[in-house]
Amino acid sequence: MSLESAQTTAFTNGRSIELGAIPTLEFDGFEDAILDAVALGQRVAALFAAPSARPGGALLYVVLADDRENRLGVTRTKIDGDSFPSLTPQCPQVHMFEREIAEQFGSSPTGHPWLKPVRYHRSWTGRDAWQRPAHEAILAGVTDFYRVGGDEVHEVAVGPVHAGVIEPGHFRFQCHGEQVFHLEIALGYQHRGVEQAMAGGPHARSIHYAETVAGDTTIAHATAYCQIVEALARCQKTARAQTLRGVALELERLANHVGDLGALAGDVGFLPTASYCGRIRGDFLNMTALLCGSRFGRGMVRPGGVVFDVDDARVAELLRRLDAAERDTAVAVNLLWDTPSVMARFEDIGPLPRQVAMDLGMVGPAARASGLARDVRHDQPSGIFRFAHIPVSTYDAGDVFARAYIRWLEIQQSTAFIRDQLSAIPAGEVRVPVGPVAPNKLVVALNEGWRGEVCHVAITDAEGRFGRYKIVDPSFHNWTGLAYALRNQQISDFPVCNKSFNLSYCGHDL
Amino acid sequence: MLRLISARRQQGHRTTTYPDGPAPPLPDRFRGRPTIDVAKCADGCRECVQACPTGAVTLTDKMRIDLGKCLFCSDCADACRDHAITYTNEYALAARRREDLVIEQDEQVHDLAAALDAKLLGLFGRSLKLRQVSAGGCNACEADVNVLGTVGWDLGRFGIQFVASPRHADGLLITGPVTRNMELALKKTYEATAAPKIVIAVGACAISGGPYIDHEQTCNGAEALLPVDLYIPGCPPHPLTILDGLLRLLGRIEDGSRPAARSGA
Repeated sequence: MSLESAQTTAFTNGRSIELGAIPTLEFDGFEDAILDAVALGQRVAALFAAPSARPGGALLYVVLADDRENRLGVTRTKIDGDSFPSLTPQCPQVHMFEREIAEQFGSSPTGHPWLKPVRYHRSWTGRDAWQRPAHEAILAGVTDFYRVGGDEVHEVAVGPVHAGVIEPGHFRFQCHGEQVFHLEIALGYQHRGVEQAMAGGPHARSIHYAETVAGDTTIAHATAYCQIVEALARCQKTARAQTLRGVALELERLANHVGDLGALAGDVGFLPTASYCGRIRGDFLNMTALLCGSRFGRGMVRPGGVVFDVDDARVAELLRRLDAAERDTAVAVNLLWDTPSVMARFEDIGPLPRQVAMDLGMVGPAARASGLARDVRHDQPSGIFRFAHIPVSTYDAGDVFARAYIRWLEIQQSTAFIRDQLSAIPAGEVRVPVGPVAPNKLVVALNEGWRGEVCHVAITDAEGRFGRYKIVDPSFHNWTGLAYALRNQQISDFPVCNKSFNLSYCGHDL
Repeated sequence: MLRLISARRQQGHRTTTYPDGPAPPLPDRFRGRPTIDVAKCADGCRECVQACPTGAVTLTDKMRIDLGKCLFCSDCADACRDHAITYTNEYALAARRREDLVIEQDEQVHDLAAALDAKLLGLFGRSLKLRQVSAGGCNACEADVNVLGTVGWDLGRFGIQFVASPRHADGLLITGPVTRNMELALKKTYEATAAPKIVIAVGACAISGGPYIDHEQTCNGAEALLPVDLYIPGCPPHPLTILDGLLRLLGRIEDGSRPAARSGA
């Protein structure tokens, strides 16, 4: 099947299309479009509902990523009543999207094998997929959990408040002694209404919502938002702005990857790397602060480009710090691979087989560690990544070691990329004016954040406002992968497995 | 083993000597305490008020910026044609009273956080165990609280430590706007902490709701549920701002009020 078929409209990352150009299929055709595309190796980047003109009705949109052809496809269907047929039994990677649609729009995917709330809030339509009484409070995490029965089986419940300085989530383990049969993860504690608040924009808070979807992914989410606005306003960014965005994105990756390797070392009790990487992470954050004043990149990326330029002295200082941090990182990280007690705790722990990663629609380093060569910078490139290519790092073991080692490979690639880019920054302005946002359009922006694919989708109404703004943080795809990786593992290995994914609660909860 | 020793030599000693020595240098583009030079505000055009994403900037009888709501994004300063608002490099921002977070035009001095009273200082001054509760933010405040535990800052040398259970804690350090979904968990955590106990709100979210002010999904900060003893503004606050606030609370830094920060420092 070609993407040029009548079923889907083909376009590329960061390009807007007319809403009218998107076919509205019967549900059967919509289902076939998704199942056919996934059978051909495409991914569901987003599946979501949007309000339709008819009161009480909704439109289902799907964004399919064809990574081999570097293209995206979009199509839609109408759902009128309070239910629609679930695709999850044939296409597991949509299971969380369908739960989200049920929760937000009160429309149930019939036949969904495990239809539970995602974030524990009232629906946006007044309809409730679980027929919960309007006067009863919805309590996060109060729901059915998969139970394993038997005399020697026990349940371990952890959270929402955890032992460390970490975000809230609830974890239910079904255990037989040390062995975990099943882990179920209930989130939603960080839900603060970001998607609803984005609707009606762009407004004064829009960019700040984007910057705080996940604070450690500020650059990737802010860039995705800006790509949306720029596509809708037909704004051409300068090469210099795109380069500086790329540098900021890779600095964000470096800080987080180095921090994760330190935290993984800490979780297996190997303190040298834990101590060194904890500090070196700060060196990378401080490089971002040297760019824009904020360690998390707040205020750096804005529609039209970036806010802060660099002169020769600042570039020289960044390069000097990059060299120093590179040396320190290499010494600190290579200790891990040379230490048998670390490797014994990394290898063969928390395996996620390639086929499972594929079925679940995993993204980012977690997918690449299971052998899937998925990377937005390579597959759906935008901005600087259309001109400067970063090789995709993969490993096939799918265990904690693979997820750690992928980070080390990516640290080296990102360091080289930043050095290259800073050594030859194109001349020009860093920011250009942005005009008004065009009405009746749909645009998708994808970015490879350090956890994986950051996906924003905007649909504008007749007045040029966001009628629907969908955000998919990579964690939304990947949390199920963590749950799977724990099967038949020892419960004492949960911390190191969890850290090897290091997923975002706030990015998932929105 | 030799490799470990060699790595240890290579990495060196990196813990800051602050507060005995100088504070670690801040980047020149760091946005700290803002100042308002109302003489430059020619026409009272209110562009700054409209540009502020959280309603931190107000103009009634006087112009004010509420640091409890401020995201330090400089949208107000960028909107001002007369350059009446300037973000300085001043990192000391913490306060004990909510009203002390409000900056007025042409302010000469401002009050920073005072130390705990003698009784609490006797209990917590040399050993303060905190339970951190993350309640709906973006995880940036949590990240820069965590940084204080790294070898670069070594929070343990002040007797301050984050503990795993509220039963072991002398107080809570809260981040995030307190979502409705975290309301119950936060209340229970507070109740499980033995009295006397203190509450520290870190970041614009925990103080006022931050970017999520007036979202029905949040409580507009910790104060809606609990009495707050220390406010540390920022989005997120720099680790130095957080450490400065904690040390002031414990009486380790004592210049309680200081001249208003000079602009462009």
